[in-house]
Amino acid sequence: MRIPRHWRLQDQRYRMVGEVCDNCGEKLFPPRDICPECSKPACTPYTFNGRGEVYSYSTIYQAPEGFEEFVPYTVALVKLDEGPMITAQLTDVEAAEVRIGMPVEMVTRRMLEEGEDGLIIYGYKFRPALAATA
Amino acid sequence: MRDVSIIAIGQTKVDEHWGKSLRHLAADAILAALAEANPGRIDALYVGNMISGEVAGQEHLGALIADFVGLRGVEAVKVEAACGSGAAAVRLGYAAVAGGLCDFVIAAGVEKMTDANGGEVTAALALAADGDYETSQGLSFVSINALLMRRYMYEFGVKHEDFAGFAVNAHKNAIGNPNAMFPYPVTAQAFAKARMIADPINLLDSSPIGDGAAAVVLCPTEMARQFTEKPVRVMASAIATDSVALHDRHDPMALQAAYLSVQRAYSLAKITPGDIDLFETHDAFTIMAALELEACGFAQRGQGTRLAQAGEIGIDGRIPVSTMGGLKGRGHPVGATGVYQIVELVQQLRGEAGVNQVKDCRIGMAQNIGGSGATVVTHILERIG
Repeated sequence: MRIPRHWRLQDQRYRMVGEVCDNCGEKLFPPRDICPECSKPACTPYTFNGRGEVYSYSTIYQAPEGFEEFVPYTVALVKLDEGPMITAQLTDVEAAEVRIGMPVEMVTRRMLEEGEDGLIIYGYKFRPALAATA
Repeated sequence: MRDVSIIAIGQTKVDEHWGKSLRHLAADAILAALAEANPGRIDALYVGNMISGEVAGQEHLGALIADFVGLRGVEAVKVEAACGSGAAAVRLGYAAVAGGLCDFVIAAGVEKMTDANGGEVTAALALAADGDYETSQGLSFVSINALLMRRYMYEFGVKHEDFAGFAVNAHKNAIGNPNAMFPYPVTAQAFAKARMIADPINLLDSSPIGDGAAAVVLCPTEMARQFTEKPVRVMASAIATDSVALHDRHDPMALQAAYLSVQRAYSLAKITPGDIDLFETHDAFTIMAALELEACGFAQRGQGTRLAQAGEIGIDGRIPVSTMGGLKGRGHPVGATGVYQIVELVQQLRGEAGVNQVKDCRIGMAQNIGGSGATVVTHILERIG
């Protein structure tokens, strides 16, 4: 990915800024301009609390180019407290310990390094919710 | 609207074609089709392809292939809808003939995948998913299907071994198809022990990548008999879409675009699932076969794997599936796959499927899926010869 593509996504990657539909109140992540529920414009920013639970997960053994060094790593669909689902990696957890329904929370982590002279990409991953915040 | 029929088919073996470039593969399929029936004039060429730019270093396939097969000057474009590109090209060809814009159209699909290494191909295939919010997180295309499969197993109490029958059936049928990439039997035991790709999807849940091309020639049904004794009529052609990202669907366990697409097709063809004699599913992964059988009305929600046995989906079963090997056994040259499915239906409906012939078949259906269900193309074909 080129620099502007990463830069444009900083609010989503670092702070989980989505949108709320002014018409029907649906919370949307990722932001998408037109609410899929009522087809009205949705353009009011809404910051998600970063907590949710695992809806499904998979441990990847054959990675796409750029992610080979992380193998095996676990990705998940996380159902956020506010409703929408998000796709992300899980971190700070052994693959064998992951369960559907497991409470998780967003953390900021290194996603990818584009070579020695390239970008270091940060973004969200999810870890098992700590007791204090669960 | 004019009635449309397929008058000719062509295909290459799905394989690692080290000696052949993308254009040669496409030409092999198109020239084979024209050798079967050549109307003497072609008005348009639609080329289904997904990742030629990423993997084969070539775009602009419409003009490139038209010129290469001797059709310089003809209307020609590439059609892209991820793994659904092939059937989408057939759909556009159908629309051009049905709408009266063209009389004779070639719809082809081609993919050249072995010029790149595994990681490059894995990354290219992941372009079918949401770039900003799925693949940028490190998801492979296999892992997106794995998310579906894991949840499916959880929600419906299904075990991994329950999917084995889809792979066993596909490979059994591939043995009788000279164009199949892997014409070898697969046992349920081998399925259980195969190498993990993206848990719970293992190697034998997955279709293999390969090089291949397939083509059909379409024309108005009223002209078809001038060129062939065995025209196959297009009863229905329908495309529907869903969100590209899995996370944007309320109920990922229901392939909504497959449902919408097949309902339109049933309605156009004025038939019900019970009228279908064979069904070419998009079995890129075993979970997709199960979800499709449910979306198309052959199984109740959560019960698709109950059909994964010979008595149901075998050549002599209730609803034969992947009759020439499917994506699993024939191979999955992604942008060509949808055209292979149509070509194989035509073989069956003409009675030219050899040892894999489904007896007394009159109506066949093919469903080609782009991404994890975001584009779904359904065709229903009928023997009229």
